[in-house]
Amino acid sequence: MIKAILVFNNYGKPRLSKFYQYFNEDMQQQIIKETFQLVSKRDDNVCNFLEGGSLIGGSDYKLIYRHYATLYFVFCVDSSESELGILDLIQVFVETLDKCFENVCELDLIFHVDKIHYILNELVMGGMVLETNMTEILSRIEEQNKLEKQEAGLAGAPSRAVSAMKNMNIPQQLKDMKLPDLPQAIKELKF
Amino acid sequence: MALKKVRGNIERMFDKNLTDLVRGIRNSKENEAKYIAQCMEEIKQELRQENIAVKATAVAKLTYLQMLGYDISWAGFNIIEVMSSSKFTYKRIGYLASSQSFHTDTDLLMLTTNMIRKDLNSQNQYDAGVALSALACFISPDLARDLANDIMTLLSSTKPYLRKKAVLMMYKVFLRFPEALRPAFPRLKDKLEDMDCGVQSAAVNVVCELARKNPKNYLSLAPVFFKLMTSSTNNWMLIKIIKLFGALTPLEPRLGKKLIEPLTNLIHSTSAMSLLYECINTVIAVLISISSGMPNHSASIQLCVQKLRILIEDSDQNLKYLGLLAMSKILKTHPKSVQAHKDLIMICLDDKDESIRLRALDLLYGMVSKKNLMEIVKKLMVHMDKAEGTVYRDELLVKIIDICSQDNYHFITSFEWYVSVLVELARVEGMKHGPLLAHQMLDVAVRVKAIRPFAVGQMSLLLNNAHMFMQPSGGSNMANVLYAAAWICGEYANELEKPEETLFSMLTGKVHSLPGHIQAAYVQNIMKVLSIILSKGDIQQSIKVCKRVSDKLAQYVSSGDLEVQERASAALQLISYIHKELENGDADDICTQVAYLFNGELNPVAPKAQRKVQVPEGLDLDQWINEPLQSSSESEDENQSDDHSNFFNLGGFDKKEEEENISSTVEQVEKNRKARLYEQENNPNYLKLNSSIDQTCDIPITSIDLPTSLNVSGFVSSDKYIKAKKEKKDKKKSKKKKKGINHFEEEEEEIAIEMVVNRDIGEMPDGAEDSDGAIDVQKDINDPHTALDIDLDVPEIERPPPVEEKKHKKKKKEKEKKKKSEKSKKLKKLDKSDQQLIDIKQGYEEALGICTPSKEIVQAEDLSFGKLAMDKYILLEYKIDPKNELSNLATVFFRLTNVGNNCLIKNIEIDVTNSTAIQFLDEKNEPLSWYKLNNNIQCGSLTEFDLSLRVENISIPNTLRGTLTYMAQNFQDDNFHQDKLDWRLSVAVSDMFLKAAPSVPLVELLCNGLLVYKSSIILSGTNFNQVINWFSTKLHLVLVERVGETASLYGSNASSEQLCLLVKSNLNNVSVEAKCTSQTLVNNLMNEIKSTYNL
Repeated sequence: MIKAILVFNNYGKPRLSKFYQYFNEDMQQQIIKETFQLVSKRDDNVCNFLEGGSLIGGSDYKLIYRHYATLYFVFCVDSSESELGILDLIQVFVETLDKCFENVCELDLIFHVDKIHYILNELVMGGMVLETNMTEILSRIEEQNKLEKQEAGLAGAPSRAVSAMKNMNIPQQLKDMKLPDLPQAIKELKF
Repeated sequence: MALKKVRGNIERMFDKNLTDLVRGIRNSKENEAKYIAQCMEEIKQELRQENIAVKATAVAKLTYLQMLGYDISWAGFNIIEVMSSSKFTYKRIGYLASSQSFHTDTDLLMLTTNMIRKDLNSQNQYDAGVALSALACFISPDLARDLANDIMTLLSSTKPYLRKKAVLMMYKVFLRFPEALRPAFPRLKDKLEDMDCGVQSAAVNVVCELARKNPKNYLSLAPVFFKLMTSSTNNWMLIKIIKLFGALTPLEPRLGKKLIEPLTNLIHSTSAMSLLYECINTVIAVLISISSGMPNHSASIQLCVQKLRILIEDSDQNLKYLGLLAMSKILKTHPKSVQAHKDLIMICLDDKDESIRLRALDLLYGMVSKKNLMEIVKKLMVHMDKAEGTVYRDELLVKIIDICSQDNYHFITSFEWYVSVLVELARVEGMKHGPLLAHQMLDVAVRVKAIRPFAVGQMSLLLNNAHMFMQPSGGSNMANVLYAAAWICGEYANELEKPEETLFSMLTGKVHSLPGHIQAAYVQNIMKVLSIILSKGDIQQSIKVCKRVSDKLAQYVSSGDLEVQERASAALQLISYIHKELENGDADDICTQVAYLFNGELNPVAPKAQRKVQVPEGLDLDQWINEPLQSSSESEDENQSDDHSNFFNLGGFDKKEEEENISSTVEQVEKNRKARLYEQENNPNYLKLNSSIDQTCDIPITSIDLPTSLNVSGFVSSDKYIKAKKEKKDKKKSKKKKKGINHFEEEEEEIAIEMVVNRDIGEMPDGAEDSDGAIDVQKDINDPHTALDIDLDVPEIERPPPVEEKKHKKKKKEKEKKKKSEKSKKLKKLDKSDQQLIDIKQGYEEALGICTPSKEIVQAEDLSFGKLAMDKYILLEYKIDPKNELSNLATVFFRLTNVGNNCLIKNIEIDVTNSTAIQFLDEKNEPLSWYKLNNNIQCGSLTEFDLSLRVENISIPNTLRGTLTYMAQNFQDDNFHQDKLDWRLSVAVSDMFLKAAPSVPLVELLCNGLLVYKSSIILSGTNFNQVINWFSTKLHLVLVERVGETASLYGSNASSEQLCLLVKSNLNNVSVEAKCTSQTLVNNLMNEIKSTYNL
């Protein structure tokens, strides 16, 4: 089981938090903080598994994370999950985001956290892995987006125009942050 | 400028959306909280509006704020409103918000039942999809119960997307509503073979989660999984299946044997590291579970270790980490194979990655031998100096102690070295394992008699330098070693070189800054040391010491700790008395009397000893001795005792034990002590004689005084021992070179331990045995998986209602009350005979344990064999023992006795006329019609053998015919006599009864309406006791309860048939009434009773 999925930036600012076990808001913030402290002090060339989160789980739980440019993607899982499998899942998640947002960057996560959630919901459900095939995931997301567009129809036009205008002043160069090249070893772990 | 104005207008026209909120927060970095508070107000306004679009936007914003740590549960109702919108866009927003903020205990959930049901059955699969995703996050027991059927329906939806989600959802339903598992299980099983790969994978996932906690229930699915494993190419699913097999193999070794081959193939063929790793893991699990029955598994182990070595050597840190992790699993069963890779593991110890170092540390545990222990520990100590993080340092300390103390210090060749290591560890700053170290010091000093002089020397140095431990550095609790130091110096004070010096080091210095329990230990041990000084007989000196001690003890009397105050006051009084006596010139007398105070040796106490102390009759530990006072001081006391508890445990004492001791009288204590002394004298494991004391290292070696605070002259460095050992080794080597022989074993022998270690588990109270009983295993009641422990292969019977489980948590009294009221309700429904059965039980109600066997009749275990056939040479006897776990199998024990007159019996063979109804089986579970006994039977002796018996229907009596052929060699006339003996083995229904007590109380069994078939019989001309005896010994029934001349008995067989008997004594006969789940069984049993009774 996956107990929580956390995404935060290099300064510990949460960009996405999904808990599959109930914690109140204060506790959630503490967990994010603790996880950030544990993960951020590690070098980039050490292993991606970490034990010792005290707030979430206990002895059976592990933190499995990946660090991309400015963001940390952390999965808190128990021993029924395969460590390397979860690393691949994070990869699938990020690649899916990349496909959906065209060169995903931190700003996409900041402004579209709802969409990120919808994407995540196609990968993981209630702490269990739902789908790992990226084509399948993308087609599901696409169909739901289509549904949303249909519903918006004409009525949505003015609000879309407004939001388009609002978005005009987002500096384009911020969009240029790219995913780092993945190590070859990870690429080989194909599903 | 103009554009800005226009934009402002439009913004006012359209409400702030999520993007605006995020941007706003980013722009107001200085007073974010204020800005958010303002937004919250706006959101509250928006939620009051009718327009669902506005509400949805507000809820979306709330979801974002929730991530930042704001509580949004107040908006629960609005979230539900948005969820119930007919538009997918809004619905999705609502469900997302609910999944983030709702949880199982949210009250509002009861409002959602119908709405969710509607969405689940929606035409649009994505409506159901988002509902399922959210429901998985917050499903409550009520929702699970109400929606279980709807979700089950979705399992057979035409859309794979929904089937997949529904399958996963079922797991959440099971967790909250375990009753759903049984009916849903067959469908779940079908989904394992769904045509859609995603659905299959989801089903595998769910079964894996279920099987992780209760694997035995899912063994029956093994063939399906095996098929999937060999056919599927989906790595995700394969990983899960292989993990599942890892959990199943310990339960079924045959499965493991079958798995080895396909798994090894996968290991060779797969390119996916994740799959390779899981395969290795499962192969390891398999090998662990079948390590005995497999001849050539060393090849598999070698393969695993080889592959793991490749992983560990990989540059990818992740693979390295996992490789080490798996290696540690192999280590437990095949240490030899891992030891071959010691070099690699030592390298990993130096890795820059802490996770990897920790894993390598784990492995070290199994790497040590007598030869390399010192070297390894030395290496770890170096690491300790270098390590920055305290976590890693603490871990190192624990590991060093673990490694050294394993197997009762099996690998330690020099205890002086070990004590110096401990002292060195104590001097490392900022550690938090003081109590552990203290415990080790005590343990070594108590167990290894020969080390005491050395230990005492080191400990007194620690006491002299107590100031080192008093720096209030954050989190360190190293001061605890002073507790051990004081105790060791006090207890073995006769070994002290300069007792006066040690005595005063405990009296002077800033002792009041030490924790209370250490001060208390100080006071006690000051007295012990003092008594040794007195015993030396130098009166002038003694008087001087007494005076000084009583001066200094004053500071303890004013201690803030009650315990210290109390002990110090008592000690002070005692000293002033001694002082007076000494001055009166009565020195000899008082000195010997003081010595008596601390006479006798303390021995290690077994960890379980406390629990094994028998509660004296008539003592109720739960009863108040004095009613508790309503004062605040009570809680204070409690805190204190908590602080100290671990230290009292060190000495084997505990508050509770003290309480018990109060109740036992002085004579008893004396008696117990005598008994113990006697036992010690006769016990070879106790050390009685003084073993020769090694004096060589007694002289402390002064090291160069460096101006570092932690370097104290007198502490022996542990390095010294390593050097000494090396020299010894070198010498030996040179000797060997001369001889030209290299005897490995010889060397191992040479470094055998020089000191005797008391490796006993420790003292136990008289009459108690050290059993690793089930007392230690306590099930976690809060674990939802315990409720899922349902045996799916057995049809639903007498399972106690789930309410029962919760009841355990409540207090005893409540439980009792509830039970009684429940019972009175049930009583009304029952007929007369059941009523009587229950009446019996009520007499016993205060015992609380319901199915405890009666104390009045000790049930005689049936050990007797029954006669099967006999002639003048041979006697054939038999006994039938049903196998509990396998339904219709039993073991038949045969006993052949040579009853002939001075003859030898040989060539014994047994022929059986098997039928499908009843047959003997061989090892391969094939019918066995012929059995040859390989041994001969000497005159007057006997031989035993057993065979498996299979009975088609165990509810009816069966008969099996056979012959026994043998040859008897008569020594008197040297004649050979060959003969054949016919026998008839009748297996009655009672023979197949399992001798197990009812799993639920008899009352419940009678209430649940399964025992529908009745029968009764009246036996005249016998008495009640005879009948009960006969039933429990010959008919294998279990006596559940007996009150006066009425008793209830219980029987069950492996086809889950159950039977209750009520036996009553009337004026001149005994009546037996039976109720059973099967008509056949009860009739046959009654027939059996009748026929055997008439005999």
